[in-house]
Amino acid sequence: MFIRHEFIERNAFLLLVLTLVTIAIGGIVEVVPLFTIETTVEHVKGVRPYSPLEQRGRDIYVREGCYLCHSQQIRALRDEVERYGHFSLAAESMYDHPFQWGSKRIGPDLARVGGRYSNDWHYAHLKNAQSVVPESLMPHYAFLAETPLETDDIASRLRALRLVGVPYTDDEIANAAADLATQANPNADNADLLKRYPKAVMMPGNGREVTEMDALVAYLQVLGTMVDFADPANEHIQQ
Amino acid sequence: MANPAYNEAVVKKFVIASVFWAIVAFLVGVYLAAELAWPQFNLGLSFLNFGRLRPVHTSAGIFAFGGSALIGTSFYVVQRTCRARLFGGEALANFVFWGYQFFIVMAALSYVMGFSKSQEYAEPAWHIDVWLTIVWVAYAVIFVGTLMKREEPHIYVANWFYLAFILTIAVLHVGNNLVIPISVYSANGYSVASGVQNAMIQWWYGHNAVGFFLTAGFLGMMYYFIPKAANRPIYSYRLSVVHFWSLIFLYIWAGPHHLHWTALPDWTQTLGMAFSVMLWMPSWGGMINGLMTLSGAWDKLRTDPGLRFSVTAVGFYGMSTFEGPVMSIRDVNALAHYTDWVIGHVHSGTLGWVAFISFGALYYLVPVLWQRAGLYSTRLASWHYWIATLGIVFYISSMWVAGIMQGLMWRAYDAFGFLQYSFAESVVAVHPYYVIRLIGGLMFLSGGLIMVYNLIQTVRSPVTEQPFAPPAALAVAGE
Repeated sequence: MFIRHEFIERNAFLLLVLTLVTIAIGGIVEVVPLFTIETTVEHVKGVRPYSPLEQRGRDIYVREGCYLCHSQQIRALRDEVERYGHFSLAAESMYDHPFQWGSKRIGPDLARVGGRYSNDWHYAHLKNAQSVVPESLMPHYAFLAETPLETDDIASRLRALRLVGVPYTDDEIANAAADLATQANPNADNADLLKRYPKAVMMPGNGREVTEMDALVAYLQVLGTMVDFADPANEHIQQ
Repeated sequence: MANPAYNEAVVKKFVIASVFWAIVAFLVGVYLAAELAWPQFNLGLSFLNFGRLRPVHTSAGIFAFGGSALIGTSFYVVQRTCRARLFGGEALANFVFWGYQFFIVMAALSYVMGFSKSQEYAEPAWHIDVWLTIVWVAYAVIFVGTLMKREEPHIYVANWFYLAFILTIAVLHVGNNLVIPISVYSANGYSVASGVQNAMIQWWYGHNAVGFFLTAGFLGMMYYFIPKAANRPIYSYRLSVVHFWSLIFLYIWAGPHHLHWTALPDWTQTLGMAFSVMLWMPSWGGMINGLMTLSGAWDKLRTDPGLRFSVTAVGFYGMSTFEGPVMSIRDVNALAHYTDWVIGHVHSGTLGWVAFISFGALYYLVPVLWQRAGLYSTRLASWHYWIATLGIVFYISSMWVAGIMQGLMWRAYDAFGFLQYSFAESVVAVHPYYVIRLIGGLMFLSGGLIMVYNLIQTVRSPVTEQPFAPPAALAVAGE
């Protein structure tokens, strides 16, 4: 060895500095280029920030730790593509703070669960999963249907998200509360909402208040539906 | 009389905390296993739901039990091997103890009350993370300060590993938990990174929580307590130098193997896989160094159940650090990822390596710290050993079968070229193995309770006439 190790192990400060240098290299090489290499996140049409109700649903998803049993990442493997749909694109989670790809499938992948089932199915399934899927191991989330959704802070939530890079416009932030209420009210005029957030799915609501369940289902129903894979403009992402 | 040269009071506190949190972690783990075997155990209560309780189990196991064992033993080892009292005095050491315990309680309460950040092993909300950062800096100051004022010319190898653990965890913790809160009064916030970059940073953190918290730190424990209990010097000084630098250099690259076949770019996946396979070598270098230290002292395994735990731990370390590189190969990972095989792998590391090496240290430390002649009962410690070992075997073999079965069922095609099984069918198929896993967990918990009884009885036994104190001049194992 060109440096005698004895020298390092007699000098606590040197040991500290060399250790820090040694552990820094791998992380820098693997993380930094992901922010600088242009092709890391594909350019695809259709991916948009979540609507206020969807984002609040996402907050519930994060709070309840759903990712511990459900992945949101379809791998580029034949059986996964056949079971769950097109493999997940980096662009599809570009507005996910934090990402929820998960690491374990105690239940199935949810990356493209949007539109697979009706709203009614989701409400019934979340309240009592075994009533629609007898084999299910899922806990009951009936309490979400009885918990009014905290909506007062929606504008500050979108502002925080804008700070970390989600391109919410001033207009979207100003209308956040209204858009949230609209999406949970089937009788409301949703033209503006759909202009701002195409493909947002309207929730039936209970007619009295917006619940956490409404928000969660709105989020689940948009998962994986934003990119139209039949659109020729998105052909370049096929591998 | 305690050894007045050293601050042993804080070590005692960490030992007690470690034993307490071990039981909590095992208990919650057993309950979660029951929830997966019979979902009725969720009871329809939000705070008992699997999603909220699971981070309580992992945090209690890793940060509370493992963390208390690591901080406690590092304080013990650094004082003995430097022949210096802890830097910063009683007050700073007590701040680290109570500050760390406060962090654990706050984190656990926040999960069940619905404040998870849902980044694996980094679930606490931002204000709890800030608190942990303060406590961790104080811990680093004590440790490095003690190294600085040492009386021994050399820094002993165990301290290199403890130092790498302390520094790297600080870097990882800050790097992975950058969050913009929605307001200073709110626990909620959004991670600075998103999507693919967030995924890479998370697994840079997540895998090195394994690499530096659960490996480097506990290797520090191995490098002190095995030579101590065996009364033999470390097998090879040169191997420990190579082991240390190659391990800490290679480990940090391994994160992307958690993201094979995903939207993470291929070049990153390939790097992660290559370094994970290379990691096999330093890992086994460490295992060999630990095991060969027993040359000429293998007979002690018959009489010292604490040493038996430590040595078995090194065996499990060798096994899971072979299994890990295999699973990190992309094509193996295609089968293993998202399945219970990963859960089994993690537990062969956490139960077999982390918990066993800690049990070995606890069985060694309690009589020393409380000035007792020896353990209350080596018979009970043997019972603990066999019940726990058998529990691990039940746990990991059931998860191997369940995980490989899931992987095969998910990719099975029938004669017509259609997917053969629905997802629900794979859920039904693993039920028996979930029950076996629960039995394994119960056995491991029972062993833990035997240890608690044994250690309490040891402390309650009369004070030894002749205080047990290793000669200070020979404090550095084998040097």
